Amino acid sequence: MTTTRAELAIDAVQETEAAEHKASRTSKGGPSDSGGRGFRPSKIPLHILLIVFAVLMFIPFMWMVFSAFKPLDEIFLRPPVLLPKAWTIDGFRTAWEGAPFATAYFNSFYISASVTIITLLTCSMAAYAFARIRFTGSNALFGVFLATMMVPFQLTIIPLYIILGKLQWIDTHLALIVPAGLFNAFGVFLMRQYVRGIPIELEEAAAIDGAGRIRTFTTVILPLLKTPMTALGIFVFLGQWNDFFRPLIFLNSEDKFTIPMVVNYFKGAYSSDWTSLMAATTMAALPMLIIFIIAQKQIVEGIALSGSKT
Amino acid sequence: MATTVESSTGARSSAGTPAELQRVSPNMRKKRRADNLWALAFLSPQLVGLIAFMLGPLVFAIILGFSSWDGFGSRTFVGFDNFIGVLKDPQLRQSWINTAWFTVLQLPGLMITGFLFAFLLQKAGRVKSVYRVFFFAPQVTSSIAVAAIWLWLLNPEISPLNTFLAKIGLPTPDWLQDTRTAIPAIAFVSVWQALGYMIVMYMAGLESVPKALLEAADIDGASEFQKLRKITLPLLSPTILFLSITSIIGSFQVFDYIFFFYDTTAPSNARTIVYEIVNIAFREFRFGFASAIAIYLFIVLLIVTGLQLLAQKRWVHYTE
Repeated sequence: MTTTRAELAIDAVQETEAAEHKASRTSKGGPSDSGGRGFRPSKIPLHILLIVFAVLMFIPFMWMVFSAFKPLDEIFLRPPVLLPKAWTIDGFRTAWEGAPFATAYFNSFYISASVTIITLLTCSMAAYAFARIRFTGSNALFGVFLATMMVPFQLTIIPLYIILGKLQWIDTHLALIVPAGLFNAFGVFLMRQYVRGIPIELEEAAAIDGAGRIRTFTTVILPLLKTPMTALGIFVFLGQWNDFFRPLIFLNSEDKFTIPMVVNYFKGAYSSDWTSLMAATTMAALPMLIIFIIAQKQIVEGIALSGSKT
Repeated sequence: MATTVESSTGARSSAGTPAELQRVSPNMRKKRRADNLWALAFLSPQLVGLIAFMLGPLVFAIILGFSSWDGFGSRTFVGFDNFIGVLKDPQLRQSWINTAWFTVLQLPGLMITGFLFAFLLQKAGRVKSVYRVFFFAPQVTSSIAVAAIWLWLLNPEISPLNTFLAKIGLPTPDWLQDTRTAIPAIAFVSVWQALGYMIVMYMAGLESVPKALLEAADIDGASEFQKLRKITLPLLSPTILFLSITSIIGSFQVFDYIFFFYDTTAPSNARTIVYEIVNIAFREFRFGFASAIAIYLFIVLLIVTGLQLLAQKRWVHYTE
């Protein structure tokens, strides 16, 4: 029962997403877009309000970046000043030397990339089975997948820790890559929705040409799943890159740490050296911020499309 | 779209009555077996994951909830001891209250401000995507980096915020250490980070409100407020329901900020349930007791979500 409702809710979100896509595509065309009709003086108060709040949202980042370039005594200046008077990169030097940043960048990148690739492949395979193959117990199994979305992660983390311990995967990156890549109920659900939308005639045509299930999947289905795959891929990558909970529990050795763990570790060692802590935070936050600013359209729409946070 | 309907009709048409089964030709049966094997092949990676990393651990977690175990020695069955123990523990009672308090503060903060900004951004025309970047930036930042920024912005000795408050004559609390302000401050940080996501989701919902309806209302002389109440909000209600369910689930699981702010020494009034689960399981190695807390958390989430789904009949409108 609950799965039906949850599905409805998620469907609703996706429909609105689809509508937005359509809307944004048509609006690019021209003057029919009600918002883009150029400058209107009546909107000045609106823009002032939005600018004020946008700046308020962004100030913490600016403060972080500029503080990372301040000598420590300037941090304690009263009243506080945003821009450093005597710029220094000592904070960055301390951070870089005090914690394994280079390794962590590499670890975070390859863990996130591996999980993303495995998830995309296995989820679209499962989605194809659910959408296109009539098999015994299909609906019941799909219901089980949906129902697991309700299970809070904290409930399974203790047994997972024990199971991964038995596999001798604790303190290895396998503990982060394999469970995340091999199980993603939301990914299966999202991809299945899209596979269902692919016209069956395409597959029938491929079948007439003598294509089997595997060929149909790789040459007909997969290429048509680019949009949801981009969305799910961004969502999974970001989620893995920013995850703190599982690395905290599954990893112990410094050389295995991911970026959020390094910041936490650094804070533990240099808790009162605010300049260096802000430098470490800047180094952690900046890559994603830069990527986000470059690819903001894809990222925002991808997140909206995948419609879930956990 | 309804899975339940699908499953009943689907099962009937494919399996059929026993009498029909007899009549199925050997050829059909062969195709059926082949299809089952193909499905299994395509599903196998996710199926292994489902069993090994979800269903297995789920069953194990329930067994653990009824056991006493430190992860090394033998497991002993203790019946409902853990579950009763959780209810009796005064610190845990406080942690439940803190978690609920956090949710109560965060949810309206997110739902209402998120909607307001989405609504305003929608009117901002082409530059809305520029504003959206600023609002969404905290969302792509890891919660640990966000926590690091605010650890420092909420520190009374160096916070520009406190200097400002002092200047206009308001009290300047030690936000994260003062037991009265700790949870509200953490809820604020959480809203700051998640607001961009809410805005994006609401904006997507607002896009789908048919322009023709709003224009028709304009012609009938409806005010902005009337259009909002009678057209926009009802059409947006599925989005609102979805966001409120996922937000509540998310806020009951708050952990990262608190762990970063306090490490293992969070004051009694700043501890949340997931923080307790982590400490009890992975520092005290009381796996059984921690599992019992997690089972309670699951039950609470099920009840809260269930209530929202029951209440939806009263206010959620689906267009189909």
